[in-house]
Amino acid sequence: MASTSKDVPAVVIQDNPPDDLEPGACHDSILNPTDSFEEFASEMSSSLQERNISLATKSSTISEIQSEIGENSAPMKPTKSSDDLQTKDESISASTSNSNLTEQNGDDTDTEKDDYLQSPELVNKEKHVFILSSAGKPIYSRYGNEDKLAGLCGVIQALVSVVEEQNQDILRSISTNDCKAVFLVKGPLILVAVSKSDESETQLVLQLTYAFNQIVSVLTLTQLNRIFEQRRNYDLRRLLSGAERLIDHLLIFMEKDPAFLLGAVRCLPLPEKARENITNAIQTTCNKIRDLVFAIMLAGNQLITLVRMKKYTLHPSDIHLLFNLVRSSESFKTAESWTPICLPKFDSTGFLHGHVSYISEDCQACLLLLTVQRDAFFPLSQAKHTIADKLRRSNCLVAINDALNRNEELPTTNPLKHIGIPEIRHFMYKCKSTAQLFTSDPISLDKLQDYRLRHKEGGDIMEKKVEKLSDIDYVRNYRKFCSSIHCTSTPAKLIFRSNSCDTILAWVTNGFELYVTFDPLMEKDQAIKAVDRLLKWIKKEEQRIFIMHAPTF
Amino acid sequence: MKVIEAKIVVLGSQGVGKTSLVVRYIGKMFSKHISPTIGASFFTCNINLENARVKLQVWDTAGQERFRSMAPMYYRNANAALLVFDITSVNSFAAIKGWVKELQSNVPEAMVLSVVGNKSDLEDLRAVQSSEAAQFAASIGAQYCETSALHDQQGIDQVFLNTAAALLKLSNSNLVSSLRSYDSADVDPDKIPTGTPTEEDATHTGKVELPAWSIDSIAHGHVQKNMCC
Ligand SMILES: Nc1nc2c(ncn2[C@@H]2O[C@H](COP(=O)(O)OP(=O)(O)O)[C@@H](O)[C@H]2O)c(=O)[nH]1
Ligand SMILES: [Mg+2]
Repeated sequence: MASTSKDVPAVVIQDNPPDDLEPGACHDSILNPTDSFEEFASEMSSSLQERNISLATKSSTISEIQSEIGENSAPMKPTKSSDDLQTKDESISASTSNSNLTEQNGDDTDTEKDDYLQSPELVNKEKHVFILSSAGKPIYSRYGNEDKLAGLCGVIQALVSVVEEQNQDILRSISTNDCKAVFLVKGPLILVAVSKSDESETQLVLQLTYAFNQIVSVLTLTQLNRIFEQRRNYDLRRLLSGAERLIDHLLIFMEKDPAFLLGAVRCLPLPEKARENITNAIQTTCNKIRDLVFAIMLAGNQLITLVRMKKYTLHPSDIHLLFNLVRSSESFKTAESWTPICLPKFDSTGFLHGHVSYISEDCQACLLLLTVQRDAFFPLSQAKHTIADKLRRSNCLVAINDALNRNEELPTTNPLKHIGIPEIRHFMYKCKSTAQLFTSDPISLDKLQDYRLRHKEGGDIMEKKVEKLSDIDYVRNYRKFCSSIHCTSTPAKLIFRSNSCDTILAWVTNGFELYVTFDPLMEKDQAIKAVDRLLKWIKKEEQRIFIMHAPTF
Repeated sequence: MKVIEAKIVVLGSQGVGKTSLVVRYIGKMFSKHISPTIGASFFTCNINLENARVKLQVWDTAGQERFRSMAPMYYRNANAALLVFDITSVNSFAAIKGWVKELQSNVPEAMVLSVVGNKSDLEDLRAVQSSEAAQFAASIGAQYCETSALHDQQGIDQVFLNTAAALLKLSNSNLVSSLRSYDSADVDPDKIPTGTPTEEDATHTGKVELPAWSIDSIAHGHVQKNMCC
């Protein structure tokens, strides 16, 4: 890495930005801004006992809300049992025959497994992700067919359990010359990333944790634990069928969107007035619906607004899972959907029920209404139509479409041109107190190929394409700077690295994180002047770029 | 004109084409890009019969096992069910039988059942014989149709039309309390002939040519006492 401590200039920049509040900061945040980095760092340093305790079920926020709104005596009461999607013992025991079947498959392929590991489906990938049960049964593989990976999963399981049982320790990673394997044991699951990329161990653990949370989001932690308590050998793919694509998409999404790297959420830039009208429309329509916990509107992986029940906030990682769900599910576009959703950070023990729909055919904004009441479909459906009408009448749909279609007249459509600092090639800015993110060039996730195609062809590091740097490449370049900045033992505050390809400045203060790519061989003082202007611009546009209010019902 | 409001639930294993069928019927198109249904999707449609209009609330459910215990939410109070299987999959046909048992023991009121064998375009891969499916359908008092969401608009239209007609019969029989019907004052059947779109567009207008449909051939659940809905 070219960034050494001698690259860091003596405190040239004052640690606090000029104005009293850094760009984008406001007193009340719609999101829970706690950073996840420390959590992942602690994940990586916890002892075996600590790990076992940390997954013990916490109290249920959903039950708390239900009792607050007086739903407790209503049919919802036994949340844990009636709301679990899979409660019947019979269906679990019914899996016996099925799991025998897969075991047989595993045996059949055992002889071929060495060949399979060398097959084109699996070799030369930049990064593999495997998920298996603690009994060693394959659950998910990013590439190839996990059915044929029973042998490999057995080896992984053996490695993990040998370290645990014989050494009373945790296997965290294995490094070779060009490759590292990172292991994460969470509840009844073992997750492994095998990567040739330059991502740090913490960043890989973060990705594995997201994959775990995606599974929890589909099943709840309570259910996941119970299944394996009842049947250690259970084939979880039965319950996850149709959800593999969510994990696929999530992993692709994480590679491309810096929001994950920074633990922040992107907002759709909108005129202040338009966002206010949208929020008002939701508030006035929904404030009588007592069991509604969150109303979230999003478009193109960007948050438009979020209205919440007092006292409850959402964590960025829960929002990321919602973004992933919406982006991966074309089927939401055809009809109103009613679906159970578990948000692991909010309450990993139970489901919220979500009314999910797109605002209208001519406006691809998606509205999620999340409630604790499983019978609330019709009132929420009614509310959605009322909201859609209000938005249409107040011209908000036009504003949303303008932002989505990147209307040339908007200052946020082409920020670099608008700011007018030609040396800046790319930047990303996170406001820490609100956990919101703005980058100079929105990544186009729409270009993602069908995930099945990617399964066969994607991720191959042998075929290097020569292309103009895209947002994704800039973000890849920032990774190692991010990890120096988020490093818990000796965090860097300011990194300046200049070479013949480009110049990168990474700067963290109490209020923000900023990553900027300049032309090659920039001088420090020149770069610092440019950053100063950049921050002024962000401050000027903050009302448009960020969500500056934290409305409640 | 008589107006009937009814709820119909679409059941069957994942991937048999439930969503494709409903989207084909309501949207008159087939999309290759349908992703697996998550939870359930809700559609509405109107079907104009000769002298009545049927307003259908359609619940398209997800076939995945993890949503299995949500199913009662959707079939509770349903007046009709489409039981869809994939003619190339024996397992999906077996799953239909499970659904029928579940409906029979959990839905106390009479219900219009239709068994639908989808993907009829994949004749070469057929694994369930029409005769077997038809026989099973007859045994539960259901009609049997084969459809292809890929090609066959007519077959799918017919499924919904038949269901609407059977619902009309059912409502005339007054057997079912959850089936709402009323006379609509604003639509005068003498002035507006069948087939003319009214303020709410009908998804479908048609004449039903049915084999001997009698009320006796409509499936009845085992009536359970003391059941609260
Ligand atoms: N060949 C053929 N494929 C179909 C037909 N109907 C649906 N499919 C395909 O089957 C898959 C599952 O369809 P979907 O509607 O999502 O099934 P659902 O899970 O029952 O809702 C999709 O890939 C469809 O394109 C059909 O009639 N013929
Ligand atoms: Mg479906």
